[in-house]
Amino acid sequence: MTEPTATVDTTAARRLDGNAAAGMLAELFAVDVTTARSRCASCGTTSMLGAHHLYADAPALVLRCPDCTDVVLRYAVQEGRILLDLRGAQLLTVPAPAATDESNGA
Amino acid sequence: MAVLTRGFRGRSQDRGDQRLPPGQYDVGDGFPVLSAGPTPRTPPARWDLTVHDQTGELRRWNWEEFRALPREALSVDIHCVTTWSKFDTRWEGVSLDTLLQDAPATARHVLASSDGGYTTNLPLEELTGGRAWVVDTYEGQPLAPEHGGPARLLVPHLYLWKSAKWVRRLTLLPHDEPGFWETFGYHNHGDPWREERYSGD
Repeated sequence: MTEPTATVDTTAARRLDGNAAAGMLAELFAVDVTTARSRCASCGTTSMLGAHHLYADAPALVLRCPDCTDVVLRYAVQEGRILLDLRGAQLLTVPAPAATDESNGA
Repeated sequence: MAVLTRGFRGRSQDRGDQRLPPGQYDVGDGFPVLSAGPTPRTPPARWDLTVHDQTGELRRWNWEEFRALPREALSVDIHCVTTWSKFDTRWEGVSLDTLLQDAPATARHVLASSDGGYTTNLPLEELTGGRAWVVDTYEGQPLAPEHGGPARLLVPHLYLWKSAKWVRRLTLLPHDEPGFWETFGYHNHGDPWREERYSGD
């Protein structure tokens, strides 16, 4: 079997947007983190996790910064345990649930 | 005739089973591409391969120099941790015995680094003795970017994540330094015959 120099980039074609990670990440997070804003530890750009680039074919979910393409988040379920690597996310900002707003008072 | 045919099929099946590590299946003609990031596309004119130690660069080959090194052709079985295996894959490239022949005596480990930021770590002793190559052709054709071209590491006796695509640098180290998947729950060594998939940490 020969592999001609590809005219179609299958990896690029199969790249998803971060919203597609919502179902998996809901196993771990109590809130929908795809609406969270994340500051990239590599380039400092802040964008919604849902707008990041998701590579889902690898042995883990790999979310990359849409600006610099560095790894922001890795998530996997291996042998009954959930692994989360957030070292590429310098700051994760999640909208607080309504109850928390109330407890803060006015 | 029927008996002979059945017998032949039986032996063939047995041989296939013996070549298949535990928990793996034969992917046949397929060659899955499982990418954790965008595919780098470095043209040969801007490509080089370097060998470093902690103090800096020891050796460097540009594309023409790399292509002029002594080459070997090999046919090997490859095994991906995602459970597919592929038999009799044919590659050409340069043995790491050639690339690492000036390794300092203190070196025990190698960290392979690729375009796109991927890394993987390997024991130096498992990269020498005719067991590892940097390959630039697959089935007689230039290695496609999707499969790691222009050149990738090939260490067929370990799971394929150790065979870093788009490899550009081999860093010789006295200590071990876990790579991209090794820092994310995957086994530090990755022997498919021992099913060294996960670290358990």
